[in-house]
Amino acid sequence: MSEQRGVRMDLRLLVGGSVLVIVVLLALLASWLSPATGSVHDIVATRFLSPGVTDAHGAFHLLGTDRLGRDVWSRLNYGARISLAVGVLTMALSLVIGTLIGSAAALGPPSLRWCLLGLTDFALGVPRVVLLLLLAALWQPGTVQVILVLGATGWMPIARLVYAETRSQYARPYVQGALALGARRWRIMLRHIVPHAAPSVLAAVTLGIGNAITLEAGLSFLGLGVQPPTASWGTLIASGRDTVVNAPWVGLAPGIALVLVVAACTLVADAVQDRARRLI
Amino acid sequence: MGVVFGVITLTFVLLHLAPGDPVDRLLGPAATALQRDATRHALGLDQPLATQYLAWLGRAVRGDFGTSLVQGRPIATMLAEAWPATALLVFLSLGASYVLGIALGLFQANIRRGGVDAAISAGSVALNAIPGYWLGLVMVMVFTWWLRWLPAFGAAGLDAGFLGPWSRFADRLRHLALPLLTLTLIGMGGVTRFVRASLGELRDAPFLAVARAKGISRWRVAVRHQLRNGLVPVITLLGLSLPAFFSGTVFVEAIFAWPGVGQVLVQGVEGRDYPVVMAAVTVSAVLVVAGNLLADVLAELMDPRVRVRTNE
Repeated sequence: MSEQRGVRMDLRLLVGGSVLVIVVLLALLASWLSPATGSVHDIVATRFLSPGVTDAHGAFHLLGTDRLGRDVWSRLNYGARISLAVGVLTMALSLVIGTLIGSAAALGPPSLRWCLLGLTDFALGVPRVVLLLLLAALWQPGTVQVILVLGATGWMPIARLVYAETRSQYARPYVQGALALGARRWRIMLRHIVPHAAPSVLAAVTLGIGNAITLEAGLSFLGLGVQPPTASWGTLIASGRDTVVNAPWVGLAPGIALVLVVAACTLVADAVQDRARRLI
Repeated sequence: MGVVFGVITLTFVLLHLAPGDPVDRLLGPAATALQRDATRHALGLDQPLATQYLAWLGRAVRGDFGTSLVQGRPIATMLAEAWPATALLVFLSLGASYVLGIALGLFQANIRRGGVDAAISAGSVALNAIPGYWLGLVMVMVFTWWLRWLPAFGAAGLDAGFLGPWSRFADRLRHLALPLLTLTLIGMGGVTRFVRASLGELRDAPFLAVARAKGISRWRVAVRHQLRNGLVPVITLLGLSLPAFFSGTVFVEAIFAWPGVGQVLVQGVEGRDYPVVMAAVTVSAVLVVAGNLLADVLAELMDPRVRVRTNE
């Protein structure tokens, strides 16, 4: 039984991890992977080509072209740069805020704890998309704003996790022992608590990256996120919305990419979470 | 209550911090300074922030949310028209995805064949990963364009006013089908995953072994004993997932032009129609808090242990 579970867990990590690695590679190599089209090209001749067609200039379009004759495959790879960057940077911001608030709540005086936990619960109760729409409406939408807004609304699960882990580790005899031996708080934090909390926080961060990518795409889809002509998967889906009928591939391709990446994040997070649970 | 109050205050402060003056928006670039001041005074925007805030609260508790800057209609009427559509969509999809998700998760937790288990797992991970606006797009592609079965937008057909009561009802159902299906499918993935995990932990519990040893059939044990005990965290999740469902509706309403609170909110945001945004945010916060309360009550009804614990 335990052997079987071990095999399956590695499978999740393997599948999810390799999808993520492939997408990261595609994003990094985007400029090499896109077919060379001259700066001047004939829009009418190259628009709405179906997937797998070679156009009049001899360029091959793996996923076809959109209504401006742009190659969907290369837009997808360039879009991956923005989408992945938004996901990772957002969660980096959330990680910093969440760790600060979580550990301050766990180690600070009771009044501070009460305030910070109350704040966290309050923030969790607010419908995130409503808040996002609100914030997106206030400032001119753009890529940096999306990262800031998503990061500022995604720290709550991490704060709770850090708080819970810190509290539970602090009550353990070995931490009490270290305290009795005169270890300082930050040393205990770094040496004992961070290594214990890292796997579950990592799982939460991975899950959050998937989430952030979805939300970025959603905001961009509504026109409140990344602005065209910058390609992100959200703006690509949005541009596919208008051409559902005559060029379904324009909207389908970025959506499938999005689902694959988010599912991969979920799989990796699950595997990491299971491993963390077994360590305890 | 605290959440509602906090959301309102936060929204109010943020809206007034925002760059961009609603008066400019309303009057356009040709307005003179005098006209601007007059409008600002008429809207009460020249008063201190605290006064505006208290005045707004005072009117809001009496159900008066002011007038839309863009449409010029009372916001209370706009929302009164919109909220039943959203509530219908949220509660039906919530109910459907929980019923289906619980059934699927229960089945999955008790199936002995690894292949089926893995297939359902993969399916629920994929469903969980699909963004609503994209699934909606695919639904329109398949059901409206290829199969031509269902309408793609609105809550009623253009000819709804001329139909008899039964065909009008059928028309409503046909319009409801795609948004509901989209939201349900997305919600179902997460619920299945959660139920599978929470019931799977119980699978080897001693009380279930006893029940099986007594000769009770496997599925009866699963439904009467395992599900009953594993359901409380699921109901808590139901309360917690309400904001997520509401968020999902915002996108799904945008795709299917469903005339709900989400639409009002998005249009308000796009037009910088501040009073409308304030009101829509307030209403959604109230909906979410009400849902959480409902989940707490349900959890108590389902499990007497919760009641005892809270009374102590």
